Amino acid sequence: MGRTARAGPMTRKQVHLAAHFPGVNNTTVWADPRSGSQIDFASFVDLARTAERGKFDFFFLAEGLRLRELKGRIHDLDVVGRPEALTVLSALAAVTDRLGLGGTVNATFNEPYELARRLSTLDHLSEGRAAWNVVTTSDAFTGENFRRGGFLDRADRYKRAAEFLRLARELWDSWQPDAIAADPETGTFVRPGGIGTVEHSGEHFTVQGRFTLPRSPQGRPVIIQAGDSGEGREFAAAHADVIFTPHGRLEDGQRFYADVKRRLGKYGREPHQLKIMPGVTFALGDTEEEAAENAAVIRRQQVGPQTAIAFLEQVWGRDMSAYDPEGSLPDVEPDLSEGVSQGRVPIKDRAATAAKWRALAEEKGLTIRELVIEVTGRQTFIGTPETVARLIDEHVQADAADGFILVPHLTPGGLDEFADRVVPLLQERGAFRADYTGTTLRDHLELA
Amino acid sequence: MTLHLAVALDAAGWHPAAWRESSPAVFSAGYWAALVAEAERGLLDFVTIEDALGPQSTLPDGFDDRTDQVRGRFDAVLLAARLAPLTTRIGLVPTATTTHTEPFHVAIGIATLDHVSGGRAGWRAQVSPRAAEARHFGRKEFPPLDQILNRPGGVDLSTDPHVRDLFAEAADAVEVARRLWDSWGDDAEIRDVATGRFIDRDKLHYIDFAGRFFSVKGPSITPRPPQGQPVVTALAHARLPYEFAAGGADVVYVTPHSAEQARAIVEEVRGLSGDVKIFADLLVFLGEDAARRKARLDELDGTELVSDAAIFTGTAGELADVLLEWRRAGIQGFRLRPGALPYDLTQIAQGLTAELRGRGAFRHAYEAATLRGLLGLPRPVSRFAEVS
Ligand SMILES: Cc1cc2nc3c(=O)[nH]c(=O)nc-3n(C[C@@H](O)[C@H](O)[C@H](O)COP(=O)(O)O)c2cc1C
Repeated sequence: MGRTARAGPMTRKQVHLAAHFPGVNNTTVWADPRSGSQIDFASFVDLARTAERGKFDFFFLAEGLRLRELKGRIHDLDVVGRPEALTVLSALAAVTDRLGLGGTVNATFNEPYELARRLSTLDHLSEGRAAWNVVTTSDAFTGENFRRGGFLDRADRYKRAAEFLRLARELWDSWQPDAIAADPETGTFVRPGGIGTVEHSGEHFTVQGRFTLPRSPQGRPVIIQAGDSGEGREFAAAHADVIFTPHGRLEDGQRFYADVKRRLGKYGREPHQLKIMPGVTFALGDTEEEAAENAAVIRRQQVGPQTAIAFLEQVWGRDMSAYDPEGSLPDVEPDLSEGVSQGRVPIKDRAATAAKWRALAEEKGLTIRELVIEVTGRQTFIGTPETVARLIDEHVQADAADGFILVPHLTPGGLDEFADRVVPLLQERGAFRADYTGTTLRDHLELA
Repeated sequence: MTLHLAVALDAAGWHPAAWRESSPAVFSAGYWAALVAEAERGLLDFVTIEDALGPQSTLPDGFDDRTDQVRGRFDAVLLAARLAPLTTRIGLVPTATTTHTEPFHVAIGIATLDHVSGGRAGWRAQVSPRAAEARHFGRKEFPPLDQILNRPGGVDLSTDPHVRDLFAEAADAVEVARRLWDSWGDDAEIRDVATGRFIDRDKLHYIDFAGRFFSVKGPSITPRPPQGQPVVTALAHARLPYEFAAGGADVVYVTPHSAEQARAIVEEVRGLSGDVKIFADLLVFLGEDAARRKARLDELDGTELVSDAAIFTGTAGELADVLLEWRRAGIQGFRLRPGALPYDLTQIAQGLTAELRGRGAFRHAYEAATLRGLLGLPRPVSRFAEVS
């Protein structure tokens, strides 16, 4: 189906779009009066239906299995609290028809038999719309919530994930495609030999037995990968259908895109088999000035005074609460002995980061809050709907991405304007579907 | 006084040959949606959904290679979530094992079911004693269950060390789930713009559970569910599971085969807990031709149906007599296992409920919006709540 779209007279590369349900980071603005519940199912339904109205490829949920801490206490400034991803996606399958349903689930703190079964269930119950974002993030801090604790070194986590995925595939493939006869005439429910035996013995798993579900509509759910290290990219090249990346800007995106697509050959795969989708934010306005103003307001909402100090503390590794966020950066040195933040992706080189921040603050004369707004800003697309549609299309045509995962700053209404004003313009440009042409997420993503 | 009525949903019904008469699409959401809608029309308290981490089998342990029975089933928690938006009042009680799962994942899954259903979630906590299922995880060596069952002295597993451990682990898993559900105060989310705080961290609690089988730090990642704590249920046939249910569950399903046995079981369970709601399980074939239908299915299956629960065949009126008699023995509710779906479910949801209503023993309308409300269970106060 996807093939014919590509080979037709209009050879324009098609944009893929996903909707990130916002939450649990300072991108999500909860103080805005329009901000609704982050946990009521109604919020999930609202955002998912907007995404489906906008003909998005899929709806996406992140995961974190332990609440973040700063200075040994639960971080209380950002949105906290979320449902179990696959359970809420299964409920969403009941109120949507076409929208893909992607959930982040950590490979380190799950067992293949159980998770493969849950993913297959979601694929059945959604008639082929399930996706799994395989992450390996968490460490011993998260491990404290699980049976086996923090039992894996960083280097081993992708090895476990790769073996996990191979085993999951064995399980998904273990029933013959026509295993279910369900023929009351002959009394045959399962065809003889329809259910295969899985015998897996590897470094991380030894599994022997039979799976509990027939092949799901997609055969196997869509696999998403979201790490950025060399190992992460290699894992994606070998196993993933979609990459979720932070590289949303044009040149940076092109570099990442070329790097990852180049890796595919090694695994006998072709470039179109892996879709690259950076996570991006956007701010719209009727004029460019209004959009820029809206963007600035959102940034100030995202980085309130307390959040600015909290960011400083993550880099400086010490209590900075005595300082005025609207004042200038104090002259204290960072404490590099240990980090004070837990449950976040760690900042790689805190000494260098601190030096860079200080230089920037001095050069531009920024207050603490202004500095944090400047250095943490990741707003990608700012402008009128025409501008944003054009930029998105240009990024995709220029091979900086195959599409984007949109991270709205408001729950649940944060995608309304995008769906109503930007999507029609993308459609006019011939860069985005006018309607779904297939039923499964693999169809939407043009994956065979 | 209203009687509580639940139905246990599994594949095409509890007779292994049931699929041969109705040929239902058991792997489609629509099939399940129709069943739960029927149960809700009948104003039943809740449905349970069976599950296990391995395919169905006629053997006590291991795959049997039979091709004439339903094999395969969905993850019950996800199936219950899929049904939640399609219903408004009926409780949804999936089965999830305590043996191979992560208690943290199960707790947030059930909490999420409670959020998406607006307070209608329950959990049937079940142990998985089978070696065949353990081999799907490869972490624990289990003795083959048929060996345990065939031990001289009968099938009381209560003294088997392996089985004792499984129940001790299950008790810990339920305890952890309840602590995680309590780990967020009901009013933890404050959205205090002045101080920039989304939550009041003093209302989030580490649960610091450390037991023989696992430890869990907490707090949950999922805010406290609408019911405070979803309803925990367990099936129990003997002393050890009675103890587990009395200690950890809100509802216990027991399997008497007569009013007399019912009375004895109620007495034994009541000796362990004054609070737990006692439901009796019954496998039922309803209607004028119930016995003939069952016989026909037995013949198709090549053997007479056996079950841990008593098997009833008869009319809705006759079943109502039995239920009311057992109620006099102290049984507070029933979990009926329909022999064949959707037929016996329809007989329950329409015929039986009408009979019971006629005798003033069943509701005319849902009187509460949550499962706890329907069962007359109070919403628990969090154990971490300040008593000031
Ligand atoms: C855009 C993006 C989104 C991510 N989302 C999550 C998430 O929701 N949950 C999580 O545990 N990790 C998340 N991660 C991190 C993990 O995907 C990844 O396993 C981690 O970064 C370690 O891999 P790496 O060393 O390859 O980066 C995300 C990463 C990226 C780049």
